[in-house]
Amino acid sequence: MASNHQAPNYNMVFIALTILTAVEIGVVFMPISKIIVGIALILLALVKASLVALYFMHLKYEKFALGIVALSPLLICALLIIGLLPDLAGTKHQTKVSAAAQVESGEQVISGVTE
Amino acid sequence: MSQVAAAIEPAESPLTPDSWGKLGMWIFLAGDAMSFGALLAGYGALRAGSIDWPVPQEVLGIQLTAFMTFLLICSSLTMVKGLAAIQQGDTKGLTKFLALTILGGVTFLGLQAYEWTHLISEGLTLTHNPFGSYLFGTTFFLITGFHGAHVTGGVIYLTVVVLRGLNGHYSAENSNGVELVGLYWHFVDLVWILVFTFVYLI
Repeated sequence: MASNHQAPNYNMVFIALTILTAVEIGVVFMPISKIIVGIALILLALVKASLVALYFMHLKYEKFALGIVALSPLLICALLIIGLLPDLAGTKHQTKVSAAAQVESGEQVISGVTE
Repeated sequence: MSQVAAAIEPAESPLTPDSWGKLGMWIFLAGDAMSFGALLAGYGALRAGSIDWPVPQEVLGIQLTAFMTFLLICSSLTMVKGLAAIQQGDTKGLTKFLALTILGGVTFLGLQAYEWTHLISEGLTLTHNPFGSYLFGTTFFLITGFHGAHVTGGVIYLTVVVLRGLNGHYSAENSNGVELVGLYWHFVDLVWILVFTFVYLI
């Protein structure tokens, strides 16, 4: 357990994560293109996730090979997403049969819960 | 006993020289990350193929969830502070900071229960959604529920570590168990950052 690296400044990481979360909320309500908002949000989330992994989980101070173990899910998830892409080329689906029927069945569920 | 233990002491892990436990935890977390990755990828595919997917922040409301995100970030901070404390041999600091971490986790679960109750009372369930595609409800409850189960597991895991700490199990030389629970807890925080973005914000 004798970690010979200097402990990172955890308070600064915490402040960075808090500020980035506030920025995310700000970005959501920005009057700009949805695509740009989406890309910005994904980038912000990746930065936050990296901060947690690198500093809180000490990945920055681990051996390179352990980093490969830690990052392997990213590669496999990327392959999964590529595998799912053909599905998106198919017919779009609409699960809501009709607004009236949906509300009616929704009300039945609510009354079932409250009774 | 100690001679036998010394005789069968396994070789050091080349990836994590200070413990095999850390390598084991990382491999477990990598597998767990793939579970979440599969759920989020499935969510993305269903959402992209749907023509009546509601705008999440209009249905869910993000103020409460933003606070829940902040809460998990706070609990991650107290977790690393607890580890730093025991690495200095401060057992009281360990108990204090881990208790705060547990408090953060339990509050998170309480808020999630409140949120779920509110949404269910509005008619959003696994199979019904008055605001659009019912798959929105299915994926929402599945993903946040899977994450909530991880938080629940983390709270139990942390409680066990606190109790062991109170029994004098950890010290400056033997803080590995605290580091392992820390890895798990930060992972749960990391996953929530992604869930918050994909399920609530985008």
